[in-house]
Amino acid sequence: MTFLLLQLLTGIAGASALFLVSAGLTVIFGVTRVVNFSHGSLYMLGAYVAWSTLTHLPATPLGFAIGVLATALVLAALGAGLEMALLRRIYRAPELLQLLATFGVVLIVQDATQAIWGAEDLSLPRPAWMRAFVAIGSERFPAYDLLLIAAGPAVLGALWLLLHRTRFGTLVRAATQDREMVAALGVDQRVLFTAVFALGAGLAGLGGVLALPDGSANLQLDLSVITDAFVIVVVGGLGSLTGAYLASLLIGVMQSLGILFVPKLTLVMVFAVMAVVLVVRPQGLLGRAAATVREAAAPPLVRPAPRALRWLAAAALAALIVAPLLVGPFTVSVLTEAMIAVLFACSLHFMMGPGGMPSFGHAAWFGLGAYGAALAATALAWPLPFALLLAPLVAGIIAASFGWFVVRLSGVYLAMLTLAFAQIVWAVAEQWSGITGGDDGILGVWPQGVLARPHIFYWLTLAVGTAGALLLRRALYAPFGYALRGARDSTLRAESIGLPTARLRLVAFAIAGAAAGLAGGLSAYSKGSVFPTYVSIGHSVDALLMVLLGGVQTMSGPIVGAFAYTGLYDTLLLATAQWRLVLGAAIVALVLVFPQGIAGATLPAWRRRAA
Amino acid sequence: MLRVDHLDGFYGRAHVLQSVSFALAAGEVLVLLGRNGAGKSTTMKSLIGLLRPRGGRILFGGQDVAGWEPHRIARLGMGYVPEDRRIFADLTVAENLEVGRRPARVGLPEWTEEKLFALFPNLARMRDRPGGRMSGGEQQMLTIARTLMGNPELVLLDEPSEGLSPLIVEQMAHAVLALKQAGVTVLLAEQNFHFAARVADRAAVIESGRIVWRGTMADLLADEAVRAAHLQV
Repeated sequence: MTFLLLQLLTGIAGASALFLVSAGLTVIFGVTRVVNFSHGSLYMLGAYVAWSTLTHLPATPLGFAIGVLATALVLAALGAGLEMALLRRIYRAPELLQLLATFGVVLIVQDATQAIWGAEDLSLPRPAWMRAFVAIGSERFPAYDLLLIAAGPAVLGALWLLLHRTRFGTLVRAATQDREMVAALGVDQRVLFTAVFALGAGLAGLGGVLALPDGSANLQLDLSVITDAFVIVVVGGLGSLTGAYLASLLIGVMQSLGILFVPKLTLVMVFAVMAVVLVVRPQGLLGRAAATVREAAAPPLVRPAPRALRWLAAAALAALIVAPLLVGPFTVSVLTEAMIAVLFACSLHFMMGPGGMPSFGHAAWFGLGAYGAALAATALAWPLPFALLLAPLVAGIIAASFGWFVVRLSGVYLAMLTLAFAQIVWAVAEQWSGITGGDDGILGVWPQGVLARPHIFYWLTLAVGTAGALLLRRALYAPFGYALRGARDSTLRAESIGLPTARLRLVAFAIAGAAAGLAGGLSAYSKGSVFPTYVSIGHSVDALLMVLLGGVQTMSGPIVGAFAYTGLYDTLLLATAQWRLVLGAAIVALVLVFPQGIAGATLPAWRRRAA
Repeated sequence: MLRVDHLDGFYGRAHVLQSVSFALAAGEVLVLLGRNGAGKSTTMKSLIGLLRPRGGRILFGGQDVAGWEPHRIARLGMGYVPEDRRIFADLTVAENLEVGRRPARVGLPEWTEEKLFALFPNLARMRDRPGGRMSGGEQQMLTIARTLMGNPELVLLDEPSEGLSPLIVEQMAHAVLALKQAGVTVLLAEQNFHFAARVADRAAVIESGRIVWRGTMADLLADEAVRAAHLQV
């Protein structure tokens, strides 16, 4: 019994650090309406900065306190710098592009951190005072963890006082509701936003330093923490600090008890908690039902391609069909990858463009399909056609069940939860090594017989990819597609004319998942292996970049984007060691130059020429 | 005090303000009269900087503020009371007032919470009530009081009588006259001719984004033809 209590206390201690990160995320979102993907990176930097500071300070409680304060201040300054250099320029951009830009920051910070502190995990040598214990029953509990337990409510209280008892806090809460009106009353928004971002970054840094003695500073912290933080703010209710604390407690305790009972499935349990909360209270524990939604103008109608473009597409297809007879094996393998990417990108475009459901975790479905096909091919020794058929089935069915919980959510919520789900699939692929092979992956997934010849397999991929893309296109010009777009542009109006909007979105979600799964299945056979990286955030972002490169509001966009991105990736990115830095900087530059997306930038020009 | 010179405004391609010009002297109340969609609110939003005018000048406090950001214009002494009130619903009455607070201006009396509660006695009774749980009339009073906390020299009042009961409209008229008494210059946008006639010194009639008539309120009252052509529905 005491043991259980201790485990519970450990969970609550862990919750404090999670709360600090989530609180920062929620405060920043409230005022600036930007979901800061790089918030986990600020936490990670907090841990590293703290390591450097604390190892140079005397190992006394006072030294530790000074180190904590210094770290929080350094991170606040970094946050202010980030806001002034990047965030301030993209406040008016669509939220998906904001997420993407801050993900670019994640990549840059990863490479920069590695360059400064190295790839090794850094743990803090714990001084004597930190190793003290408190007796609870017959067991001993670390005194430092008691400090952590107190830190959560203490910071919550301090934040409440700041927001409710100071002029700064009043302005922050007013700006959360109507920042334009606040400006019209003479408040300089830029100063306010920078201050809020600094506050949030400082909180993230504080979380990083407080968690350091119990863990280590390592390069995986950023993404693991941001995933937890996304789940927490959604479960707690976006914008509610108390909700964030309750959700942190819930998740922290689930994690510590989960390690005790089902160590392999901790993340799945976290997801289960989230699913239950969202079914009972879609707005989160303490969130408000009616969050202010920026009513964007309806995206332009996507018309069928003009005759000239169709001829061009047919010519391109013909060229692709004869290509293997003319080019070498390397180009054939790149083209195979490109066709898989086309299907992957089209599936994301299907739910994101016409479906209006942004996803930051589309690799989940790709990975599920890949693992499904690979397992069928190796463990069950199924022949290729059946294994390839299984891929979209697995992905589609799981997408449908996940979709059931989330299709009612909109915009950033959906983006955050799809990301969280993909991280869970990724963790299962990593941790469940008995089935998935963990980091070693599944090897030996080769097509048999005539399909083993690369150009024959390429033709298969070309046929499946083209058919998949055409089917998706067909669905969008069927009544289903029009209804789906109606549901996207105005849920209320669509429902008032009798469209079952939730079911439409769910079907679109499942179709998109199945198509991505099919792409994953093809990829497993094409590479002959499956690894957890198939499900990584990076892979989800690949898909997003393809769609955004080509343009969300065109049909040919994802196809062009897939070819462009695969080509760039295979030639430019793999040539540099610092590919994260390059890719991150490219993403940030892309969003800064085209804050409305490339399609948004080119479409008006296209229209003007047409008019 | 304020001079608007050939102001042009667009929504996308729609040319909604076409060379709008008018001027206000210190201490007077000018009413911008016009029907729905005539361009009254657009003029107000362009003046405070929420909309960026495409052309023309806005001379205020000795500077051309056209294209400035809203907070800079507000700090120069222009107060804006929006048509849809835009109360901070989660903030209490006192907190709403706090958001509007700015330092006093030389030569003008300073507005304080006490003075504003004296002007709008209803607000004094609900100091700690969230703005979202007030009636429309109470919210209208609060939004005016909130703007006055910034000690503006000029107040833009966008349809303060809209959707209010006759009793509250009467209170609003009192409030506007009290502002004038206190030396505040007021630019009023209205459709309610009787309300305008109670408080305004001069009028400018706007139709389809153009100023079609200028003169004193007395002249407008006498000119049945102008009113019939541009104001009656």
